[in-house]
Amino acid sequence: MITAERKPMDEIRAMIAPYKKLLVLGCGSCVAECAAGGEKETGMLASTLRMANKMEGKEVLIQEKTLDRQCVKDFVILLDDVIDRYDAVLSLGCGAGVQAVAEMFSEIPVLPALNTEFLGETRDQGLWVENCLGCGDCMLDDFGGVCPLARCSKQLLNGPCGGSKDGKCEINPEVPCAWQAIIDRLDRFGSLDRLERIYPPKDWSRKQGGGPRRIRREDQQR
Amino acid sequence: MKDESRLKRVLDQGGFAVTAECGPPKGADKDTVLRKAELLRGVVDAVNVTDNQTAIVRMSSLAACTLLKSAGLDPVLQVAVRDRNRIALQSDILGASALGVRNILCLSGDHQSFGNQPQAVGVFDLDSIQFVQVVRTMRDKGTILGGESLTKAPELFIGAAANPFGDPFSFRVTRLAKKVAAGAEFIQTQCIYNLDRFEKWMAMARDKGLTEKTYILGGVTPLKSAGMAKYMKKKVAGMDVPDEVIKRLEGVPANQQAEEGLRICVETIQRLKEIPGVRGVHIMAIEWEEKVREIVESAGLMPRPVVSKQ
Repeated sequence: MITAERKPMDEIRAMIAPYKKLLVLGCGSCVAECAAGGEKETGMLASTLRMANKMEGKEVLIQEKTLDRQCVKDFVILLDDVIDRYDAVLSLGCGAGVQAVAEMFSEIPVLPALNTEFLGETRDQGLWVENCLGCGDCMLDDFGGVCPLARCSKQLLNGPCGGSKDGKCEINPEVPCAWQAIIDRLDRFGSLDRLERIYPPKDWSRKQGGGPRRIRREDQQR
Repeated sequence: MKDESRLKRVLDQGGFAVTAECGPPKGADKDTVLRKAELLRGVVDAVNVTDNQTAIVRMSSLAACTLLKSAGLDPVLQVAVRDRNRIALQSDILGASALGVRNILCLSGDHQSFGNQPQAVGVFDLDSIQFVQVVRTMRDKGTILGGESLTKAPELFIGAAANPFGDPFSFRVTRLAKKVAAGAEFIQTQCIYNLDRFEKWMAMARDKGLTEKTYILGGVTPLKSAGMAKYMKKKVAGMDVPDEVIKRLEGVPANQQAEEGLRICVETIQRLKEIPGVRGVHIMAIEWEEKVREIVESAGLMPRPVVSKQ
């Protein structure tokens, strides 16, 4: 899923300062799973902002709503009936959600309340970790199911570098060394010999070669 | 051709090579580079110029190499894949060769978070092993990645680094073997303080026949104080400084620790000379280049061999 974290409150308040009628818009998908922009977090942010305005004697209309998915047109269109009541939207969607809403409603500013972080997994209660770059050409079969591009700090395809120590990365002892994990897993499968060959340079054209990427599938079009 | 590399000629002729490191200044002053050149002239066979080491912005390695070359020394161009993509790397290789640089050391580079530009993007488009292979192909086949031909191939003696002290230990020689297979003709190691571990690694390298295929130069760094030893143990990535070394330095008064550090360095070189397959030393006297002559003399490695141009 896509992970995100809420921006600092001062930054959000500075962003919304010019507006008098604000829709705080949550998203029920990925950002709900990572407890950053779901219905609960959206309600909490809206009340915090209302309370802050009240204490400062500011008259601002702040209402909230949560869509099932901000990044899918069929859900965003549900805002059609209410959008005219506001002069700005504060979105708790990921970057894709913010832009999908902005794309549909070109007359109104859509502001990001979250910092979108990475493609990752919920490893534990309150712990999300990055493990995919979305490179467009998955190589996990070659690396025992551990992605060196997403999880090695130097993106080495022929690692580990000299900074691997006791299974940790040189940049921070909190960061596990991806290459230690790759070696351990392939060793368990009896496939360590795979790492003896030189892995060729990555073809980044699958990620960057055609500008912004799109997937078009005729079988899915109507 | 590539035999213009003095380092290669010394090694090919069976000599025990001596190289030293020269860190470029944090400024545009060429005099600093030329002053270091004078300290190393006649003392070492080649001078490694670091490439923004520890991710701190300094004069470019290529520019400093050119200054050393013009002063009559044999520079080794260090190039880290951290800062350049494959277009820039290949372009710099051609430029270096055209400017007369004849040795290259292909590195991953210290992570950008360690330096004074932690907001920088880390490029890492190629890794160090792929980079060695690219340079080797450019030189031997005269082609760049993708197969296009060059009008003139670069002339370079190609090296890579190895750290026998990183983990997992069992994989360290596999990685060395990959660097050699990629085309590394010489290897410079991380600073050696743990000789027992280094000897084990060398034995594994010999067992795999790697010492027959590449020249291994052992890395040494003289310690200036017990404090520096502790700092390197704790803070410098990939460094293995045993407690005995720290204790030995602490065992002498503070004003004699530098002398003791130099003695440890010389003793290390003397032990390295006895290890089969070690073909030279690489002295990384960090901002202490004035001591390199003394180290080389005390280790019995002076005078440096006279090599003929082939």
